[in-house]
Amino acid sequence: MSVTPEPGAPLIEATSLTKRFGTFVAVDGIDFEVQPGEAFGFLGPNGAGKTSTMRMIAAVSPVTEGRLRILGLDPATDGSRIRSRLGVVPQEDSLDLELTVFENLLIYGRYFGMSRPVIRKRADELLEFVHLSDRRDDQVDPLSGGLKRRLTIARSLINDPTLVLLDEPTTGLDPQARHVLWDRLYRLKQQGVTLVLTTHYMDEAEQLCDRLVVMDDARIVAEGSPRQLIERWASREVVELRFAVGQQDDAVPLLEGLGDRLEVLPDRVLVSTDEGDKVAAEATERGLLPESVVVRRASLEDVFLRLTGRTLVD
Amino acid sequence: MSSPPSPAAVAPPQGAELDPPSTLAGALRVFEYCLLTYRRTWRGSVVSSFLNPALFLLAMGVGLGSLVDKGHTSGATASLGHVTYLQYLAPGLLAATLMQIAAFECTYPVMAAIKWVRTYFAMLASPVGVTGIVLGRFLWVAARLLMTAVIFVLVMALFGAVESVDVVWAIPVSVLTGLAYAGPITAFAATRENDAAFAGLFRFVIMPMFLFSGTFFPISQLPPVLRPIAYLTPLWHGVTLCRQLAFGHATAVGVVSHCGYLLAWTLVGLALAVVTHRRRLVV
Repeated sequence: MSVTPEPGAPLIEATSLTKRFGTFVAVDGIDFEVQPGEAFGFLGPNGAGKTSTMRMIAAVSPVTEGRLRILGLDPATDGSRIRSRLGVVPQEDSLDLELTVFENLLIYGRYFGMSRPVIRKRADELLEFVHLSDRRDDQVDPLSGGLKRRLTIARSLINDPTLVLLDEPTTGLDPQARHVLWDRLYRLKQQGVTLVLTTHYMDEAEQLCDRLVVMDDARIVAEGSPRQLIERWASREVVELRFAVGQQDDAVPLLEGLGDRLEVLPDRVLVSTDEGDKVAAEATERGLLPESVVVRRASLEDVFLRLTGRTLVD
Repeated sequence: MSSPPSPAAVAPPQGAELDPPSTLAGALRVFEYCLLTYRRTWRGSVVSSFLNPALFLLAMGVGLGSLVDKGHTSGATASLGHVTYLQYLAPGLLAATLMQIAAFECTYPVMAAIKWVRTYFAMLASPVGVTGIVLGRFLWVAARLLMTAVIFVLVMALFGAVESVDVVWAIPVSVLTGLAYAGPITAFAATRENDAAFAGLFRFVIMPMFLFSGTFFPISQLPPVLRPIAYLTPLWHGVTLCRQLAFGHATAVGVVSHCGYLLAWTLVGLALAVVTHRRRLVV
């Protein structure tokens, strides 16, 4: 399914990429590159500029300033040519609810100039791939959110794309549906398809992305593999302390000096440390009686908190 | 599901095209989409295409017409050009009906494709461009108008409202009348955030034109100050030419000038529609 470009040439190259809507700056001069075969993520809260960036990469939204090359082409002049090589899973489903599952794939393939026999064969393969074969001739409207999402993914693959763009692929899905989707995306990645996705779920980024950038307020604030980001910006472990309602304010002063860093959230206190169990024990020794103490490995959530001082909106 | 590595960044995909489609090729794909969705609703649409003219011709042409024609010796009315009211009404009603259908097809479905179902955004993610979308949808509206016009003329024949076979020339003219509205209304629809303005459009623009552009009575009956406004409406040109063609009275100058006027509205409207769609969809 993959098409390998010239060795060493990135599939996407962005330099000082900027998007403005009037005076509002949605994307503020970001730089990044995506290599062939990579799963690349934009992680950040809602409103960080992820979707605006994705729409520019999808060659449907003009670049305000800066340089953007997709598959070596300029979207301003070769938009149509670029789009013919992309698969797009938009944030909001745009399936045709009046058509059947198969007809949605058929008409989409037609937009890409594919012949009916080719589409038919490919549609059956893709429905198999997303486990929708038994719903082939059903109407789309009554399908659950998870099934619609899987159909959207199948649709995005109809033209055998070099690059697949997924904007918040699992937002709004229940945990089980998310896991099915991750499994399918992981399979795609293994087949060598280049994936670019946005997410505000840490676990999604950790599961799927080889490399990611953390976006906040229209800018990139960090870049690396999930592991690198955690090593660089977080401690090894995090102790989460939850207190009874109203008791956290009194407890916080007593926690001073514990671990490497203290992060006070409205509903809990996070202590960064390399020795979680020791910190947890010390907290009890200081006479604190938290309702719960959880020692866990540091995650991208902690990286984000450290970088922006805020949690991701879930 | 794997293909051998290829040296070029933009290598031919399996089955999909390499070169972007021409605007017309893109438009035909959008047209194909419209056909595919129409397959689900065509029965209802064909039935209403029969019923609508049948009911109107029955009520206005036959019912009201019997009063209009009363007292005229041959059963024909001199002030209408020595034809029965039914015969007078039918070709004009053809043009007016197509205006209404065009107005409907270019409001709610456009809003749906932009906002409610987002079909246009799905199309835009493919090589089909904005111009292809607007043109393809326009071709579809033209096809839809043509179907309706043909059915309308069949109903006219059933009612005995056809004077000569020349009435077939009224078919393309009535389609053109519809398109003269389709362009500007599509352009307008793409500027709206919701469908609130459409009710006003139908009530205060389409309905008055339907009633006062010469469909039901000659505009010589209008107060003199209103006549120039009637002349400006595309519908008056459509109604007039359809009627002349149906009765075999059309002149070359009449055909060229009326069609020219309708075509101008069509093309300007279409160009505006591309502009407003681009402004709305490409942000």
